[in-house]
Amino acid sequence: MRTMKKLIAAAMVTTALAPVVLAGQALAAKTSLVMGMALEPPHLDPTAGAPAAIDEVVYANVFEGLTRIGSKGEVLPALAESWDISADGKTYTFKLRQGVKYHDGSDFNADDVKFSLDRARAEGSTNAQKALFAGIDSVSVGDANTVVVQLKSPAGNFLFNMGWGDAVIVASETADGNKANPVGTGPFKFGSWVKGSSVNLVKNGDYWGTPAALEKATFRFISDPAASLSAMLAGDVDAFANFPAPETVPQLQADPRFKVVIGSTEGETILSTNNTKPPFNDVRVRRAIAHALDRQAIIDGAMFGQGTPIGTHFAPHHPAYVNLVDRYPMDLEAAKKLLAEAGHPDGFKATLKLPPPTYARRGGEIIAAQLRKIGIDLETIQVDWGVWVPEVFKAKDYDLTIVSHTEPMDISIYSRKEYYFNYSSDAFNSVIEKLNATTDEAGRYELMAQAQKIISEDAVNGFMFQLAKTGVWNAKVNGLWENSPVQANDLTGVSWSD
Amino acid sequence: MILFLIRKILWAAATLAVASVLVFAALEIVPGDPAQVMLGINATDDAIAALREDLGLNKPALERYFSWIFGLLQGDLGKSYTYSVAVRELVADRITISLPLALLALVMSTAIAIPVGLYAATKRGSIADTTIMAVTQVGYAIPNFWLALLLVYILAIWLQLVPAGGFPGWDGGLVPALKALFLPAVSLALPQAAILSRITRSALLDTMGEDYIRTARAKGLSFRATIWKHALRNTMIPVLTILGLQFAYLLAGTIVIENVFYLPGLGRLIFQAIALRDLIVVESAVMMLVATIILINLVVDLAYLWADPRLRHGRP
Repeated sequence: MRTMKKLIAAAMVTTALAPVVLAGQALAAKTSLVMGMALEPPHLDPTAGAPAAIDEVVYANVFEGLTRIGSKGEVLPALAESWDISADGKTYTFKLRQGVKYHDGSDFNADDVKFSLDRARAEGSTNAQKALFAGIDSVSVGDANTVVVQLKSPAGNFLFNMGWGDAVIVASETADGNKANPVGTGPFKFGSWVKGSSVNLVKNGDYWGTPAALEKATFRFISDPAASLSAMLAGDVDAFANFPAPETVPQLQADPRFKVVIGSTEGETILSTNNTKPPFNDVRVRRAIAHALDRQAIIDGAMFGQGTPIGTHFAPHHPAYVNLVDRYPMDLEAAKKLLAEAGHPDGFKATLKLPPPTYARRGGEIIAAQLRKIGIDLETIQVDWGVWVPEVFKAKDYDLTIVSHTEPMDISIYSRKEYYFNYSSDAFNSVIEKLNATTDEAGRYELMAQAQKIISEDAVNGFMFQLAKTGVWNAKVNGLWENSPVQANDLTGVSWSD
Repeated sequence: MILFLIRKILWAAATLAVASVLVFAALEIVPGDPAQVMLGINATDDAIAALREDLGLNKPALERYFSWIFGLLQGDLGKSYTYSVAVRELVADRITISLPLALLALVMSTAIAIPVGLYAATKRGSIADTTIMAVTQVGYAIPNFWLALLLVYILAIWLQLVPAGGFPGWDGGLVPALKALFLPAVSLALPQAAILSRITRSALLDTMGEDYIRTARAKGLSFRATIWKHALRNTMIPVLTILGLQFAYLLAGTIVIENVFYLPGLGRLIFQAIALRDLIVVESAVMMLVATIILINLVVDLAYLWADPRLRHGRP
């Protein structure tokens, strides 16, 4: 045991001394960046797969779309320089940027846009977000720099949709090889991929826009949270856009070598509820659950205090967000009363299926404890994604589950028929229909607010918190995104100060 | 002796066949559709159907099993669903990390354990023996991932002698590669060395209590010569058994250690492939591991032949 004690003491001493030793190293201004990521992308074609890790490497860096999403979630011009929308909101005429070249030296033109959009919506398409393109009726080439997209019906979010990674523009000659050797138009070219270890990007010298400040960018894949911390401390990695070990954040915050930035994501983390399954088909039961949830306790217990409470399915950083957190304040008496009115004075039993992420596994145990106080006895069942998708998402065989819905601007899922919440509201559907047909911003924001209030009123799901994005990077690195309105590590504006 | 060998080889082939059925069946039973996992929850049904067709998942299970087995027999491990490259390439890349890592750990643990164990046995009851026993007791109680983190703090973050993790590739030269493997190998080797040295010690002590050793001593052989000529070989039989088991354990242990040191080895490949339901990668990579372990057991059996003459003369 003495040996053990000595070892522990040695570990503590070394942890304390580490910064002192490292401070002695001189760092010149660098032009390369090593970015850590928890998951490795299975391939590098954003038009053929859902994993966020694909976009986190290639979005805005290697591939570009007609539009792009900026750091605040705004729609910016990209390969389309400008656009005109017809008065009926159904015809979009895109004016394309000239003199753009792909990384293999070939020219970008209107044919590529038509090819990419048609490919994504074709019958045999394996695009993971095929629904983004479902509203397109036809794509036609005006001249080499003009593309006309005809929609079946007006879609107010069409320009935002064209900014997704799944809608990037690819060349017909290289499209099939993009999984292993991505060829795009972005400020970085694909360099190499050491499978299981890292992807290397190099600066594109022929970029049409502002050239990148970095000469080289490496994405290194480290899945173990403790290893992520040691990689940061040892200086092997310069930045983690999503640091996977929130419990060690105070240690990094106290260290002047690092900058810790807690931002927001598009991830509404919710207690998803099967709205047609008794007793959850009774709005009083759902409201009782809403009253019994202590959001701050969940954020503190499951997320080490990082996260913003939400009262509806909408990102708090968005200008159209309505704060409905106090619609159902934490009130056990009110909750019990609602349960009694619904015919469950002594509560009931139900199941809670928990997918692998920490927010679900840790959050689930806390929620089970909170609901036990009003008599709801939850059996927690741990499942992996391979089980969750067919069982919960597809077959809707569940009572309650916890998921973070990370797609941007996804409140319209509440109007989707057969979506796994099994929620259906004519009032809500008509708001979404109007929203789709509205293109002016003020009108859209007003409708978004209405939509938020309806689902909050119906307590469709237990709305918990917006997932935080814990960024940790070397204090000398500038230009990384604080929030993540889309899943991306946009390196176009990143540089080192010396 | 020939009979002994033939029987062992037939036994190995049968084990492989059974293992292939088990591995395939287990992954058939695991719920989850690879196409669905790859395309995520927003994918439309027709996109998933198109991908299933591309991957050949719509064929009956029996047909897929036999085409996999015939492929394996011809050295074709199939094509990864997610990476879209040959599994053989993936496995070949990864095994150049996992196998050297496991071997390095095995060599380290043997090089430490056998001399230490023998020394402790010859000095039984001394302070040196007691100390060694105490240290090894602690050694095998320490989980290897915890030891790994401790070593990272001391050697990588504080002293900066070796990298905290990652692998530069063998192309980058032997020294950086070995440096990258050093900490992972030590983390794997030390707990194993602790076990092995205790086994070695007790095996030698058992042997020393045998009648023939007393006879050897009685006829005037020195203590040292008795050990070298008579005791050592007999001591090696339990040690070899444990070594064979340990190598299998080390290969499995690389899965944890590769995660701690983010090494792109076989363990991490399998780990990742399970989560992504890249079934063909899991199946083929697991079969490679099974084959390796069976091969090691064969080698251990051959080593018994060396250690135990009775086996050589057909009296097992």
